[in-house]
Amino acid sequence: MGNVQSTGSRVSSPVSGESSTSLEEPTHGVWADTLRQLLRNRSATVGFVFIGVLILIGVLAPYLAPYPYDQQDLMTSLLPPLSDGHVLGTDQFGRDTLSRIMWGARVSIQVGLVVTGVSMVIGLVIGCLAGYYGGFVDLLLSYLIDLVWGFPLILVALLFVTVMGPGLSGAMLAIGLVAWAGFARIVRGEVIALREWGFILSAQTLGASDARIIVRHILPNMLGPVLVMASYTMAAAVIIEASLSFLGLGVQPPQPSWGSMLNDGRAFVNRAYWMAVFPGLAIAILVLGFNLLGDGLRDVLDPRMQNR
Amino acid sequence: MSAFLIRRVLLLIPMAFVLSAIVFWSIRLIPVDPASLVLGPFATPEQKVLATKKLGLDKPVYVQYALYLKNVGQGDLGLSTRSGKPVTDLILHALPYTLMLGGVALAISYLLAIPMGILSALRQNTFVDQFCMMFALIGMAIPAFWLGLLLILVFSVRLNWLPAIGADSWRHLILPAFALALEGTALTARLTRSATLEVLRQDYIRVARAKGLNERKVIWGHALRNAMIPIISLTGLRLGWIVGGAVIVEQIFAWPGMGRLLVESILNRDYPVVQAVLVLLGISVVLANLIADVLYALVDPRVRHASR
Repeated sequence: MGNVQSTGSRVSSPVSGESSTSLEEPTHGVWADTLRQLLRNRSATVGFVFIGVLILIGVLAPYLAPYPYDQQDLMTSLLPPLSDGHVLGTDQFGRDTLSRIMWGARVSIQVGLVVTGVSMVIGLVIGCLAGYYGGFVDLLLSYLIDLVWGFPLILVALLFVTVMGPGLSGAMLAIGLVAWAGFARIVRGEVIALREWGFILSAQTLGASDARIIVRHILPNMLGPVLVMASYTMAAAVIIEASLSFLGLGVQPPQPSWGSMLNDGRAFVNRAYWMAVFPGLAIAILVLGFNLLGDGLRDVLDPRMQNR
Repeated sequence: MSAFLIRRVLLLIPMAFVLSAIVFWSIRLIPVDPASLVLGPFATPEQKVLATKKLGLDKPVYVQYALYLKNVGQGDLGLSTRSGKPVTDLILHALPYTLMLGGVALAISYLLAIPMGILSALRQNTFVDQFCMMFALIGMAIPAFWLGLLLILVFSVRLNWLPAIGADSWRHLILPAFALALEGTALTARLTRSATLEVLRQDYIRVARAKGLNERKVIWGHALRNAMIPIISLTGLRLGWIVGGAVIVEQIFAWPGMGRLLVESILNRDYPVVQAVLVLLGISVVLANLIADVLYALVDPRVRHASR
């Protein structure tokens, strides 16, 4: 059943980085070479910096933030940016916007990691099974993949919070349980392409078990596309979390999330523009970072995948 | 072709059942007695027993599901516990608004994205290309609800050009439509660019040039027609994504469509409405994917003949 890129027909080189080593540069192994290329890639570098800065801010929020995220002071409510002691202003309760953005980074990154981790594991398992065994297994799993792929994650998340009540922990899992289809599609295509290569046949001839072939020979060779997908999935997960919290169904007050801060900002949009601007900027920078990193990884690790 | 169509349509039916069953059973997991939701907090035990009977809640869940399906077949989706109105009426009122918003957003995104992507590809690596792709990258990083807030901030609060909320005239449609269109514009522009570049590398383009066709005929007659294949076939996915985006954008602009109906009903624990809207939106996404596959087969003869 075809949505556009049937990755299966694509021939892919079994060893990433192999084609790019030139004569004057002695090779230092696949990983060192890949890293060097990534650092030379502008998208990847900028993406690294954006993500790195925001992760650092999130991790160090308890030390960096000038105020506790829930410290209210009604005397200083709705202060504009660059006010005394509040660089990005305050909200309707006098809470410091900058401090809350710093704490909010933790939520976004955590959600991104959980969602991406869960969906990557499921996607790898299903994609490998479908691609490696083919036949009826593939038919069934492909149907499942097609069913889930392209389904708006926000609808699944909304069903989940309807049942479980507002909150993030469960919603993260729920999103992960749906977002795997993107991984599965790519992995399946990669496995089908890799199976044609001689080294898989050799391993089979030598009597290696299916599990060993998948884990030792197939998985390492498709790390590239999977990492690319992971980066894009992180970006999507950050947006879903922000959306849920924006609707008041994700992170619950007083804990700050960029999405819920924007929801407050909506109520005060005609009095306090900074409440509607800065948290969104943080979301955009983090998402842009992951998208750029994804683009960079794709250029370096998988030059043939530039259609996506 | 017709066999392909029939098979895809037949697959749709089990999908609709699976979707409705998942939503139905999920909603039943909520630890709330629907009878007391209908009656409110001051109901007598006798009233509760009567209501439980009337709603069929004394029967096993699978009987309830069968009854629900039977009622749905007769166009009866139950009553809203909040307003007491038939769910069917609420949906019939909201649906046209979402169709209008989604249709306009889709049109905007294609009208902007396709010329942008083609221009980028034809002027690869020039300033125009870099500008368009920078726009696309940033567009992908801006969540629709933040763009919505920014548009309100600029065009309603500051400039006072357009209304921020409501749906009384076509002027109310402009801001939400653009907010919803941005992400699709960005994605489609990138896709159009890479699809066009891919086609321009093909042998038949070289042949067309070699046999002396002028460049305009090569581009319009050969290149763009083929580059449109992935774009047209991804329209179905865009539809699914518009459904997801509408849920949030409608909330910001108080646009009385399906998305707003869904979120309001979740927040007010109006489960009959949540259930109906989720199933309907889910089915519309599946339908959109079906349309995608059919379009794909229509525009690409290779698919039509390959899939029996």
